[in-house]
Amino acid sequence: MPRYRILDDVAIADICFIAEGKDLNELFAHAAFAVEDIMMDTKTVKPRVERTIRLEQDKEEDLLYDFLSELVFIKDTDGLVFSDIKVTIQKGKTCSLTAVLRGETLDPNRQTLRADVKAITLHMFKIEKTKTGWLCQVVVDI
Amino acid sequence: MDIDEHENPRANTSQALSAVTKSSPVTWDIPTSYKKGMLVPARIFATQKLLQEMDAGVFEQVTNVACLPGIQKHAYCMPDGHWGYGFPIGGVAAMDVDEGVISPGGIGFDINCGMRLVTTNLLYKDVEPKLKQLVETLFRHVPSGVGAKGFVKLTQSEFSDVVTTGPKWCIDHDLGWDEDLERTEESGCITNANPEKISDKAVARGINQLGTLGSGNHYLEVQIAGNIFDEKVAKKFGIIDQNQVVVMLHCGSRGFGHQVATDYLLRFNAAMQKYGITVNDRELACAPFQSDEGQDYYQAMAGAANMAFANRQVIVHRIRECFSSVFGKSAEDLAMHQVYDVAHNIAKVENHKVDGKMRKLVVHRKGATRCFGPGEPEVPSCYENIGQPVIIGGSMETGSYLLVGMKGARDQTFGSTAHGSGRTMSRAAAKKQVRGEALQQEMAKRGIFVKSASMPGLAEEAGFAYKDISAVVDTMEQAGVSKKVVALRPIGNVKG
Repeated sequence: MPRYRILDDVAIADICFIAEGKDLNELFAHAAFAVEDIMMDTKTVKPRVERTIRLEQDKEEDLLYDFLSELVFIKDTDGLVFSDIKVTIQKGKTCSLTAVLRGETLDPNRQTLRADVKAITLHMFKIEKTKTGWLCQVVVDI
Repeated sequence: MDIDEHENPRANTSQALSAVTKSSPVTWDIPTSYKKGMLVPARIFATQKLLQEMDAGVFEQVTNVACLPGIQKHAYCMPDGHWGYGFPIGGVAAMDVDEGVISPGGIGFDINCGMRLVTTNLLYKDVEPKLKQLVETLFRHVPSGVGAKGFVKLTQSEFSDVVTTGPKWCIDHDLGWDEDLERTEESGCITNANPEKISDKAVARGINQLGTLGSGNHYLEVQIAGNIFDEKVAKKFGIIDQNQVVVMLHCGSRGFGHQVATDYLLRFNAAMQKYGITVNDRELACAPFQSDEGQDYYQAMAGAANMAFANRQVIVHRIRECFSSVFGKSAEDLAMHQVYDVAHNIAKVENHKVDGKMRKLVVHRKGATRCFGPGEPEVPSCYENIGQPVIIGGSMETGSYLLVGMKGARDQTFGSTAHGSGRTMSRAAAKKQVRGEALQQEMAKRGIFVKSASMPGLAEEAGFAYKDISAVVDTMEQAGVSKKVVALRPIGNVKG
């Protein structure tokens, strides 16, 4: 699942990434994939279990923050990481999210571990509409 | 902006440097005229070279901190300072408890990330033949890396006790020695801790993490004493020989502390309007210390700090067991005494002199270590005449230092010094310069055996990604804040 890029020169002790998508659904999925891919090589994560996340917030920005934070929470509590992520955002008076994620239980013998993401920060956190779709910038605490 | 463009907050140091004036050979001041809203000047401790190497984020962030309500004297940045969230890493700020604020950004996400140092009576020649076995044993028995679960299984009520009492709980459950408590900052227990101020989410993240190292820059390291700068003080700290083997531990409150910080960052951001506070960065969200939000956070943070002290306690227990099994002697016979455990991401209420009067202040130290000198009441009785030990963790390649607090520390920095060598290169950039496997082999040739849960993670921690640690500790000695006691050289490292 593309499309994110790590920025070399921004978060010196941590990791900053930019993700984009043609719409909000894709943006959220790509940003979530980036968080998982920072934690481990997602190519080594098999889609053995499925988990659905439902969230609601007033603004897209807050919804993205909550969604990415939920992935960190699930990693720490249920020990699950994901490599296949589909997101549907519905905008009305509020923004609601349904995400279907497929992955497996953390196991260093099966997966290639990278860095433990411990928090999604608000530092330089942004989400914006571009000419071609949507883009977000996120700094994760390592 | 698109995916191939971005702003670099670390650029444009020259503008900030032009506003800096030298106030001593190792202190650099930025006046309140630098930025609208600064209540006090900012002061950076550094040699000229370290100052010039600092990223622009440091100047921006330390002057943002200088705008926070109730700040006293200066907003400080230590010589290992670099860009952080809200506060720079290496930031120290003291706020009046009645008129000032508390800010999670001044403490960091990893509440009570800190260092612990344990001695042995072994010399390098005793350990060298078994080094690989020792490091592999430590790697197997101290859980590390993404999502690792701890070896101490706790009920909700037991976890609550850990949060309230810290390592005392561990010692009561045979996971440490009585003497460890006195040799821990605050005796390992910040008394205001209140589990009721901590979310269920934080508890869910933390309950399985007691006794885990984590990842990133967290490690446990087998080291040998190198240069001994002050034999008398080194002896008091239990280090009598060059080549004596010691063990250093660097970790914090794991996902638990991060969740506490995240919960309150969001709550503070929502509450600031109520108190008429505006800040230059959302990561500087704060609340008056005496407000409900401020007090709730302080009590929750204290709980996370106690969990971190307990985490290091439990890991040290495991380290003692590993040494005992590898060397066939009890930890007592190996003289595995704790030198000290010190926090470097914390806020504490302390009494300090401001304008000649004693004031009660909430001292934020983020990537900065308390370093009280001899005679201070907070220094444990076993060290009362020499000062508090300070453990400065360097990169896994270049070594670390054991320092002692100096008499002048309180006046200069509210009794605070550096915490490490400080990064100078981002993780992403370091990984592009070296592969973990190559680094591991190259270090082995130099006599440093490393085991890591993550090879990319290992590459991110390469020595070249860090500042010159000797320049950092020399700066603080020259400033009269903390003094070198022993240089420590790595021989074995377990990384998360």
